[in-house]
Amino acid sequence: MNIRHAKTFFLGALVLCFLVSLFANQINSYWLFISYDIGINIILAVSLNLINGYTGQFSLGHAGFMAVGAYTAAAITNQFGELNPYLSIAVFLGALLAGGLLAAVAGLLVGIPTLRLRGDYLAIVTLGFGEIIRVVFQNMQSVGGARGLSVMHGWTNFFWAFGFAAVTVYVVTALVHSTYGRGFIAVRDDEVAASAMGISTTKYKVTAFVVGAFFAGIAGGLYAHSKQFITPGGFNFMQSIAIVVMVILGGMGNTIGVIIAAILLTLLPEGLRAIADIEHIPGIVTAHPFVWVSDTRMIIYSLLLIILMLTRPQGLFSLRKSLSK
Amino acid sequence: MTALLQIDKATIRFGGLTAVSELDLQIGRNELVGLIGPNGAGKTTVFNLITGVYQPTGGEIIFDNRSLVGRKPHQITRHGIARTFQNIRLFGSMTVFDNVRITAQLHCPRGVRNALWRGSAFRDGEKEIADEVMALLEIFQLGKFRDALANGLSYGDQRRLEIVRALATRPKLLLLDEPAAGMNAIEKIELMRLIQFIKDKYQISVLLVEHDMQVVMGICERIAVLDYGIKIAEGKPEEIRANSKVIEAYLGS
Amino acid sequence: MTEFLQQLINGLALGSILALIALGYTMVYGILRFINFAHGDIFMLGAFAGFYLAPKVAMFLPMPSIGGGLAVMGISMAICAVVGILIEKLAYRPLRRSPKLTVLITAIGVSLLIEYTCQNDHVFGAAPKSFPTIFPEYHITQLSGLSLNSNQIIVFAVTLILLLALRFIVLKTKIGMAMRALSFNPEAAALMGINTDIVISFTFGLGSALAAAAGILFAVNYPSIDPLMGVLPGLKAFVAAVLGGIGNLPGAALGGVIIGVTETLVAGYISSTYRDAIAFGILIIILLVKPSGLLGKKEIEKV
Repeated sequence: MNIRHAKTFFLGALVLCFLVSLFANQINSYWLFISYDIGINIILAVSLNLINGYTGQFSLGHAGFMAVGAYTAAAITNQFGELNPYLSIAVFLGALLAGGLLAAVAGLLVGIPTLRLRGDYLAIVTLGFGEIIRVVFQNMQSVGGARGLSVMHGWTNFFWAFGFAAVTVYVVTALVHSTYGRGFIAVRDDEVAASAMGISTTKYKVTAFVVGAFFAGIAGGLYAHSKQFITPGGFNFMQSIAIVVMVILGGMGNTIGVIIAAILLTLLPEGLRAIADIEHIPGIVTAHPFVWVSDTRMIIYSLLLIILMLTRPQGLFSLRKSLSK
Repeated sequence: MTALLQIDKATIRFGGLTAVSELDLQIGRNELVGLIGPNGAGKTTVFNLITGVYQPTGGEIIFDNRSLVGRKPHQITRHGIARTFQNIRLFGSMTVFDNVRITAQLHCPRGVRNALWRGSAFRDGEKEIADEVMALLEIFQLGKFRDALANGLSYGDQRRLEIVRALATRPKLLLLDEPAAGMNAIEKIELMRLIQFIKDKYQISVLLVEHDMQVVMGICERIAVLDYGIKIAEGKPEEIRANSKVIEAYLGS
Repeated sequence: MTEFLQQLINGLALGSILALIALGYTMVYGILRFINFAHGDIFMLGAFAGFYLAPKVAMFLPMPSIGGGLAVMGISMAICAVVGILIEKLAYRPLRRSPKLTVLITAIGVSLLIEYTCQNDHVFGAAPKSFPTIFPEYHITQLSGLSLNSNQIIVFAVTLILLLALRFIVLKTKIGMAMRALSFNPEAAALMGINTDIVISFTFGLGSALAAAAGILFAVNYPSIDPLMGVLPGLKAFVAAVLGGIGNLPGAALGGVIIGVTETLVAGYISSTYRDAIAFGILIIILLVKPSGLLGKKEIEKV
């Protein structure tokens, strides 16, 4: 991406999202919903990439921030009945932003106490924070507790999902590609040297957490209004790991790679499902020769993760030699 | 005139070990001071005390009429102290240009907002920073490596880049931690010239930790000697050369 | 008061089990400085090994009986030790010189692989299974209604014996000395002629065996087992290891007991739905107040 024209690209992307969304009713609804997942996963992965990839702070709690956004936005929109289109846009946008802001506050709360921690310690503590958030929602009867919460409005559409994906990509890219933003990478490369160069490592880390959490919250809101049903269990640390895997696969600190990875990993289960559904292959006698794939797809997924780490730990789409130290 | 840096009875203990004990040291404006001593004498620890990486367990450190005790490393850099590291610590995954550009942080306050808005203020600011960085790189013959990754430079160039990066913070005091380590005789002479040049051109003070006697004796105006965390001598190079305590510390007893 | 003592006994039983798992985390961390995320799954495999072994052992030994139960436990420990060693060999050893995060992600991958494989219908299946009775069960009711069951006594006895055995291995044997040397300075240990690969394998084997024992003890007390049963105890045991000071063996045991007791007390007196958040709450507090843990030493970063 040419950074010089980042803003032009961004505005172009928004217009494109809008144009495509005009034709959304031409798309088969099954694929339309998958496309929302793609947009949401791009937001999640790119925002996590700011924390994990660029700033080098390994967070395993992204699903927790997502949960905050999802529950906040859903709780707000559930207060409203049927609305006219313009009002619904305003309410939805407000609810998403509120979810993002509350998630950002959660990010601040996580970011500050974890400043002193590094590497795998930080990973486990953020995981712990994510789990605490989940347990809190499990105990909040006002939003359904463990039973989950129905979301009345299915307001998420192609424009919102990809529009916010474009916003996320723009914000992260614009931040990092500036003199200011090189500070994130400095913190990742060498914290001691960074602070010796006058960089407040604290500020950068907290900024990364807050910005990352904000977009995770937005993604959560979009997710809630796409699935129309959310449970605390849906935001457990498996979900966090799934986002981390997108970042790793794409290559830490490589936004384009991470976007590709988010798309591929969203499509992977669908692809495997399609393979499992193949009824007949010429030359092979058995019907449904790949039906075993549907049982083993998560096994394949975890095996692929291990093999990826053993052979290309820098990610599939990264030119860099290795992860940050 | 008061000294630029004034260390009074600075002490630091790690558990039972007193790494630096009641150290007194002053550095005047535009002065080049050497800090020497055998391995493990506590020289780098003194750097870490001055730059806030460690907090002293006792004593006072005053820089430019302000106490540095309790301040964070990045605040101290903002006050005007920059350093290099004994084991080079460049930002390896960044280009030479970015390694130096990073220090411009110090002079651009509205980072997030400008970076996101990308208006003309941002573009002008970035252009100005880029010009300054390039000018600095050119002075130290690193301009041609502008887009090379810092990790890919030769050892001598990495050392030089680290010095340039420190200079870019516009310090009043530059701390150099064994800049001559691993250099051959010719490189050492060049380094001495470089340090002298920096001191004269930017009118700053330099504190030099160094093992290499040729370098230290060659350029320092004053030398302090540490042994087991205690200052055992201080004076002009010729005085230090003749000091029996120093000779004993180096030869071992 | 009786109620409190009762909760305390229950908490100590849970804590003992967590302590056994925590020891594995802390040993591996002490030597390799990485979190073996799959350790909780070894705990689960231990329980399942017991599940499938019990009928086989019953052909040779009376079941339930002390001897039969211990035989099941012993074989399960041996199996898991082998599994642990294999995991290290195949997944972690090639990454010995890689960044920590690469290893951590690999460990997460291994953990997922074990969990998903075990959930497959051709392996264990996702549905919970009920663990057979392998130890004789008695209820002992003490003064004023305080009850202690035989399973809890077995937990305490087995834990105590294993802790003493571990102490003996680490402090008195040659391989234990090598483990300590390695955790102190791997390079120097290697230069002194210690075969680091063997010591690391041994450490994984030992830690996995302890986790397997914990798995059996857990299943004996809470006889419903499933392939995901190791996730939460594993995380809690990790917290226990951090609480005690990671790398510190007595610390891990102490941390396990503290977590077990706190969790049981909170579940008993405040709310059982928050019990799973307790351990993480403790983790966050300890890392803020004393990141080196209760018995750990502070590390100074070299610049």
